[in-house]
Amino acid sequence: MYVSYFPGCTLKTKAVRLDRCARKSAEILGIELQELDSWQCCGGAFTSAADEVATKLSSVRALAEAERLGRPLVSVCSACYNVLKQTDHAFKTDPEFASKVRRYLAPDECYNGGTEVLHLLELLRDKVGFENIAKKVVNPLKGVKIAAYYGCMLLRPSDVLGLDDPENPSVMEELIRALGGEAVGWSQRNECCGGYVLLESPELAKKRSLEISSDAAAAGADMIVTACPLCRYNLDKAGSGLPTVYFTELLAKALGAEVDEI
Amino acid sequence: MNRDNVRDEVIRRSGTDPRKCMKCGKCSATCPSYDEMEGHPHEFVYMVENGDIEPLLASESIYRCLTCMACVERCPRGVEPAKIVESVRLEAIRKKGANRLTPEAVAAVADEELPQQAVVTAFRKYAK
Repeated sequence: MYVSYFPGCTLKTKAVRLDRCARKSAEILGIELQELDSWQCCGGAFTSAADEVATKLSSVRALAEAERLGRPLVSVCSACYNVLKQTDHAFKTDPEFASKVRRYLAPDECYNGGTEVLHLLELLRDKVGFENIAKKVVNPLKGVKIAAYYGCMLLRPSDVLGLDDPENPSVMEELIRALGGEAVGWSQRNECCGGYVLLESPELAKKRSLEISSDAAAAGADMIVTACPLCRYNLDKAGSGLPTVYFTELLAKALGAEVDEI
Repeated sequence: MNRDNVRDEVIRRSGTDPRKCMKCGKCSATCPSYDEMEGHPHEFVYMVENGDIEPLLASESIYRCLTCMACVERCPRGVEPAKIVESVRLEAIRKKGANRLTPEAVAAVADEELPQQAVVTAFRKYAK
């Protein structure tokens, strides 16, 4: 299966393991993640303001390149996924926005709204199938209690993203079970870690992340799993002591990829 | 711009309709930043509707919204308060010299592990 791949800025630097473990796992599962030739940073957040155009152009360009290649556009980072999908939705539903965007694009860059944006978790669930992933597990995560942390960006706004039930998501728990691990139940899994407010009010980010991390620990988790580099950073800094890992690290390990070299 | 112009511009830019609000307070009840804001999500909605925007522009609350979309998701009337907060914040930071965040401030707190994602997102939220 061939898909276009949008790694994003952080996966090339501070979250290299999120990227490399995704690539290794995809290889084992028979998915070809073909990195777009000329992607640019998504900007980290979708600005809901209708008059904001320039900040959304990098996403439109990525959508256009994927459209020319005729393949779904897959991201592993929650933020890239959220921004790409919300930009695609704005393009398709707001003719004024689409018209303004077209004026910025080169003729061969035109976008017609034909790209399917997917998070890798969706690709694994809907196109590969967790039952097929389970068959390829060589190192089951036996006895490991894992708290699946969704945060905001994978789930909301759900009428645009549609990845999972925003109040009772299950995709990461299903993946954990397919890999042989135990998914713990806990209440803070779809609450915000504080995100970018870290640079405005470190105390607020710390308070949010400590609450989340402590809730996972109280539920008996050995670790928290996330798809977002900023969530991981905030949770690691919050200091409850519970380790945070990327879902692709668990996947690669269970599939027998040589992850220590990554 | 006079008071009505600012009100209309903020509402237009938000893409929402604050008149749909039925004042149930669910947005503020679900807000993870509630304790850090002196103007809460439901207050943003009715103050913008009333054109009472000056106090919001001067409020720290516009920098405490996490854009977590919990209020957008849970509003039973589809008012989308976070989009109203974003529109007010843009009204504030789009003014000349009104950037909230500077590169120097980031450099002062950045450590080795700080992801680029944090920096680009914060600049998108706090500076033009």
